Parts: sequence; C-alpha cells; structure tokens
Amino acid sequence: MPVRESTDARRATPPLRVNGVDHPIDLARERSLLFVLREELGLTGTKYGCGEGECGACTVLVDGVAVRSCTTSVAEAVGRSVTTVEGLSHGEMLHPVQRAFVEAGAFQCGFCIPGMIVAAVALLNRNPHPGVDEIRAVMNGNICRCGGYLRIVEAIRSVGGPARTESEAPR
Amino acid sequence: MNPSPAGLPYDLAPAEERDYFARLGPGLVMVLPPRPPGPSGWGAGGPPHGGAWIHLGEDGRARAFTGKVEVGQGTRTALSLLVAEELALPLAAVELTMGDTDVSPWDMGTFGSRSMLDVGEHLRATAAALGDLLRELAAPALGRPVSELELANGEVRARGEARGPSVRYGTLARGLRRIATVPATVHPRGPAEWQRAGRPTSNLGAIEVVTGARQYASDLRLPGMLHGRILFPPAYGARLRRIDLDRARALPGVTVVREGDFVAVAAPDPLLAGRALRALAAEWATEPQPSELEIVEYLRRHPAEGEDFWDVVHYTVGDVESALARAPVSLRATYTTAYIAHVPMETHAALASWEGERLTVWVGTQTPFRARESVADALGVRPADVRVVVPPTGSGFGGKHAHDLAIGAARLARAAGRPVRIVFTREEEFSHAYFRPMAVVEIRSGAELDGRLTAWQLHDLNAGSAAARGPYRVPNQRVENQPAESPLPQGSYRALAATANTFARESHMDELAARVGADPVEYRLRHLEDERLAAVLRAVAERVGWRPRAVPSGPAAPPALGRGVAVGLEKGGRVATCAEVAVDEARRLEVRRIVTGFECGAIVHPANLRSQVEGGTVMALGGALFEAVHFAGGRILNPKLSEYRVPRFRDVPPIEVLLVDRRDLPSEGAGETPLIAVAPAVANAIFDATGRRLRTLPLAPDGAVP
Repeated sequence: MPVRESTDARRATPPLRVNGVDHPIDLARERSLLFVLREELGLTGTKYGCGEGECGACTVLVDGVAVRSCTTSVAEAVGRSVTTVEGLSHGEMLHPVQRAFVEAGAFQCGFCIPGMIVAAVALLNRNPHPGVDEIRAVMNGNICRCGGYLRIVEAIRSVGGPARTESEAPR
Repeated sequence: MNPSPAGLPYDLAPAEERDYFARLGPGLVMVLPPRPPGPSGWGAGGPPHGGAWIHLGEDGRARAFTGKVEVGQGTRTALSLLVAEELALPLAAVELTMGDTDVSPWDMGTFGSRSMLDVGEHLRATAAALGDLLRELAAPALGRPVSELELANGEVRARGEARGPSVRYGTLARGLRRIATVPATVHPRGPAEWQRAGRPTSNLGAIEVVTGARQYASDLRLPGMLHGRILFPPAYGARLRRIDLDRARALPGVTVVREGDFVAVAAPDPLLAGRALRALAAEWATEPQPSELEIVEYLRRHPAEGEDFWDVVHYTVGDVESALARAPVSLRATYTTAYIAHVPMETHAALASWEGERLTVWVGTQTPFRARESVADALGVRPADVRVVVPPTGSGFGGKHAHDLAIGAARLARAAGRPVRIVFTREEEFSHAYFRPMAVVEIRSGAELDGRLTAWQLHDLNAGSAAARGPYRVPNQRVENQPAESPLPQGSYRALAATANTFARESHMDELAARVGADPVEYRLRHLEDERLAAVLRAVAERVGWRPRAVPSGPAAPPALGRGVAVGLEKGGRVATCAEVAVDEARRLEVRRIVTGFECGAIVHPANLRSQVEGGTVMALGGALFEAVHFAGGRILNPKLSEYRVPRFRDVPPIEVLLVDRRDLPSEGAGETPLIAVAPAVANAIFDATGRRLRTLPLAPDGAVP
C-alpha cells in the first residue's frame, strides 16, 4: 500500500465517512484504518487478527468494496465511505446476511464472523446467487479457526439476493 | 459489570456468608457444594472442585453460576439448556454466569472435555433440587401433596392439569432469602424425558456476534486506560544483557516496569507503546538451541525426570516381551507429529484495573481460578483481592492456560495507577504462547497368522497419556509415555496426546491388517472390545458403502483414489472417521470426503454438537495435512499467518457427520474426541490409494505426498 507523505496532512483533509457519519481525521500520524476504527472511533466489531491482511477478521467495505482495514492506511480511506459490521444493521433490523448467519448457526467463538459477514455482503452485492465454488474462492481469505466453514457457506448460500441498504450501495 | 461481593469471593466464603440476595434480589438459592476430586484423573489430589449454585428470583428467572468459560465451544447454551430443562423454563429465562472468580464456583479450568460431564451434571442436580423446593413451597398454596405437583413453563401445577390452578415461581420466591443445599436424593430428569434439551436450539448471543456488538477481552476499554507491551526475548533461552529504561520513560505518558526479568511498557495508545518498547533498545545474549532437523533425537536424549508429571501412564498386562518373541507376525514402526500452534483468532488479551487494594483482570483464559492464584502470587496480594473475569473469548483450543499476560497487565496497571490492557500481536501469539507438543510414538506388535493380535507395546515420547491405551483386545500389552524436555514451550492443546497416539495406533492397525490380508474395518471390529465404538464404526462403514478389501486398492490410472478408516475411544466419546483421498501424478493430495460418526451419550444440544464435530474435523485436517511450527536457533521461523498455514474454505472437503444419540447414557464431552481419527483415516486412505505408508504428521506439508 502506498504511504502518503506527511505533507498531505497539512492540506485540508476530507473527513472519513464511517457508517454514514463523517469524522474529522488527523493524518499527521501514519496508522491503519483498523486502528482508527477500533481505537479512535470505538467501533470494535471490526477485529484484529493478524495485521498482514491474511485472516480477514478486519474486513470492511470501502465504497462497497471489501478491503483489509489492517493493511489499509487511514489516509487511503479519507474522502471515501466506509461500512463496518456495525453499519449493516439498523436497530433491530438485521442485514439479510446477518440474519442468514444467525439462522444457519454459523458461528462458534464468533470472533471471525464480523469480517466474514462484511466479505459476504461484498460478494453478494456483486453476485446475488454465487455457487459454492465461488463462495469458497472469494471467502478463502477469511479464516475461521473454529472450522465453521461449512455453516458459513450454507449461510451465504441461503441469502436470496440481499436488499441493499443505502450505506453499502456503491456510489 | 456487577459489583464485587461485599465479603469474600463466593468460593472462599461459606454459603451463608455470600451476599446472594444483596446482589441478585430476594428469592431462593440452591447450592451444590464442591466435591472432592476422585483418587485419579483430572484434578486428583487437588482441592474440591465443581459444585454449582442457582438463584431463582421474584421475576421467576433462574441465574446459574459456573467456573467454566465459553471460548466458542457452545457450552453456555448447552449448560443453560440443562437448567431450563430441569426447571421447565424457556431458555431465555435462564442466565448463566461463567468464569467470574468473585461469584462462580471454584473450577480447575475449561479443558479435557469436562464441561458437560462435570458441570452439566452439577447444574442438572442443582436445578432439579430447586425444582423440588418449588414444588414443596407450592404444595400448601395449591392444597395438593408435593408428589402430585409438576413444573411447567415457570409455574407449579397439579400433574396433568394444564388448566387447573397454578402458582408462578416468582410468586413462590417473593420476599424469601432462603439458601438450601442439594440433597443427596435428588433425581434429575432422565434424557428420555427431555422436553427442551436434546432438541434443535440456536446458540445464545447470535445477535451480538453478527452485529459486532459482542465485547471480547481485546475490545474492552476503561476510562484512562493505557496500552501495554511486554518485552520478550528474541529467542528461547536468550538473556537480557543491556537495556535503556530512561529513553522509554522520557516518552509522554509512558510507564516502564522492570521486575527481575519482566520488563514491560504502557502508553496512552498502542503505537506509542510500540515506540516505547523499541526505545528500550534491549540487547540480548543468545545461546545455542536445537533446531527442528535434530528434534527427534533431541527429545530422545532429554527425557524429563523427577518432576510432578501427572500425565503419565504405565499400563502392563500379560507378558509382552515373550508374546512378541513368539509371534509369527510382528511389526515395529515409529510415528511422529509436529509442534503446531493453536492460532486462536483472538490473540491473548488482558485488561487489569486496580481499585484501592483490589484488582480486577478481564482476560481471555481457560483457567480463571488458576489465573487468580498466579496473579495474586506474582503481585503479592491475597487471592481474595483478585477478581478474574472471562469475557467472551475468541477461541482457545487449550492455548489459553498461561497467565503471563494477566500478570503483566496487573503489574503495569499498579505502576501506572491506571487500567492497562495488553493484546498480543499475531507474531507475539506465535512466538510467546506455547505449542502442541511434538510426539514420537513407537509401536511394536505381534499377531498370529490369522491376524489375531497377541502383543502390543506403545511408547509415547513427549505427547502424553491420552488415548495411549487403545480400544482393542490384546492379551499382552505394555503402554507407557515419557515426558521430555522440550526446547519449545509446549502445553495443552485440543486433543493433543490423543491425536498423536491415535494417529500411531490406527496407522499401525492398518499396517497390520494389510500384512495379514485383512479388511481394515473387519480387522478393527474383530478386536474392538467396546460395543458402542463398534456400532459407530459400522454406521460409518455403512454410510460410505465400505467395500471390504484385503489389499490396498493400489495405484490405478491417476488420480489414485483411496479410502481409509480410523477409530478412537477417548474422554467418553466414541469416534470413527472415514476419509476419501485422491493423489494425482504430481503426488498432489486432495481430501475429497470425510465421514465422521460420533457418540457421546445423550445429546444435549444437537446443532452445536454437529458444529463441534465439523469444526473439530477441519482443525484436525490442518494438523494432519500441513500445519507445522518451524524453528531454528530458538526462533520461530514462521510466526505469521502468511507463513503458518491453517485450514481455509478451499481446504475443506464435504464433511458428513453421523451423530448417535444415546438417551440411556450420560452426556460426555465432545470438544476433542471428534478430532482424533482424522489424521490416521487420511494416512490410511493415502496408503490405500498409493501403497505408500506415511508415518509423519503433517502428511502433505506442501500439498503433495512425500
């Protein structure tokens, strides 16, 4: 990932939009999008798992595309629209993918699940009816150490074309 | 968080001195006192453990307490179901507090597949006694003898009179402050009568999981909290030669602690904590350490002697030496497994906070009460002044038994006068936790010409005793294990020794069957002593349409296809696994199908049991196929997820699970035993496909069969 020069910080930076809310961001210090989400904005649904983009626990949507927030500099995300797992549900209204995970019982310890759900939302936005092979290929970057892969595939397969909410629709 | 008790932690106070009612409101409390451990097995010789208490309040809800923890294995739901069952309450009316040392019964730890067996039974008995008490209290109000009353949906009523008069639990509990002890005569319902347990149920907490609202230890935050880092040596055996504490201390808001070999820093944010750690400019003196190339010899030359290893088996029956000497068929082989890592998705995390003399540590641990002891000991305070709370934890697999992080956070928090949280980086998790021990298992066997086993000698080096004794009928046996001085830190792991010993035994049985021209399934059935295990093996053979064979299917036109089977009886669970593999011209291995049959008595929570078996199979495939920790010079060479491969979506074949529900038998654990037959089933399938016998795990480290 390219690292922005510190001179960028002195320019007027656009805010970071997270789940529809704008946050002013100080770019003087280089840090990851994951760090800002968890430590500065208190959005702890997005998890740290490896710090090198290998496990997918930190997956968020940036302009509707699934990215690894641990290897994404916050400087790359400002001015864009970020959706975390917290932005998928609205009050008691779960996103269809979240509902599918609940119904399939697709979790054990649950730690990987926010990243799984966000990655699945991105997949289903591109292709509302993926086959098992496509699901396995696209989701291969997300690790569930409890080994719940079969249930997760079942959950994603059971989503019959998710209704898009405003916050995750590509702009 | 709930406040601390007014007096001592509950497990350290007599029942009548616990502030149950101040904390939970008026009502009834049923207490099952801790029981002394048996003369052998887990916890032998230790303090009384287990026990349970359940509070029933004026709101008619049951609040149960256990020292076990939930790390993803689903026992929160399964244990709650047992309480709901005995009290005839909806699952939503049961609250289970797990792993809070201030209010939970003392518990050894969540390991060894003990939760259902121990705490499940304790909670059933306690809830059943509470149910009996409710019927006694209701008898005068309903004007009927206790024997005619039943519990139904939070009410007591006359048996079979659904529309007759009834009284709600909450009404019976109103204004009471009554503590009762479970009588010896209590009779929980038998599984055959279960209405709630044993039926499809979702795991509790699903909404919090899918919305990201569930707070794991690494998510917790307190006002003024600092972020801690511990200084670790770059290699095992390295000693600190020089360190500069002043430069780190000069950084804004940074606290540095040095107590003997323990050096750690805390800072207002994690990035600054990392800077402070580097500012220490630690210099180390390293010393030579064994590398993995020489590890088998190293372990053989370094038996661990004279320590208090409880995990040792020395089992002898008959005269194995003379039986081996007489046997017309004999075989000798050595099987090894690698050091592997737990790789919990949530790395170790602890948050410590002092209030005056009292310390609270929130930590993802499988052993909260041992953590309390260790922290109190290290910090020089009374155990009663330490509270350990286990929040939801992002898996453990036996890897979260150590307490360095809790101790480190507590020391930093005391020095800084503020709460401190430490979360391991993934690299720290790989390098500074501990591993599943490497195993070297040697088997010598003897049989008659017709294949009947006459002699069996198994020697396990460094893994442990679990499943070392097999399920087969052999008149002359010697089974033993020898702990070793491991150059890598090693410890508990989901099904650790059982995996190694079952891999060795079930591979060896396959070798024997091939030697005497017997079918692998028939050969096992011929020797199995346990009818429950035989039934599971038959069910699996039937499901896969096993065709008896006396010799391996052998290489045909590539890819070579093969099928292998293995069984195990461990921790009360019976497992049989069949694997189907394909090996292509380039010797690339593909596992195409796994069928596992499992029986662990009465099934409490069927969906979760299926999840455990599926997930355990996936985890076992990692260790069977490719997982291995590489090391040299005291350093871990692959301490990253990009370098240490764990199973991913595309590694998982179709997995079929056959569950045998024995409502006539007590419920046993299921977290470990479903793993143990996977590796030998795959190795035996590779043998069937190719005629090549692999005796080393992992079987295909780079995707190909060696």
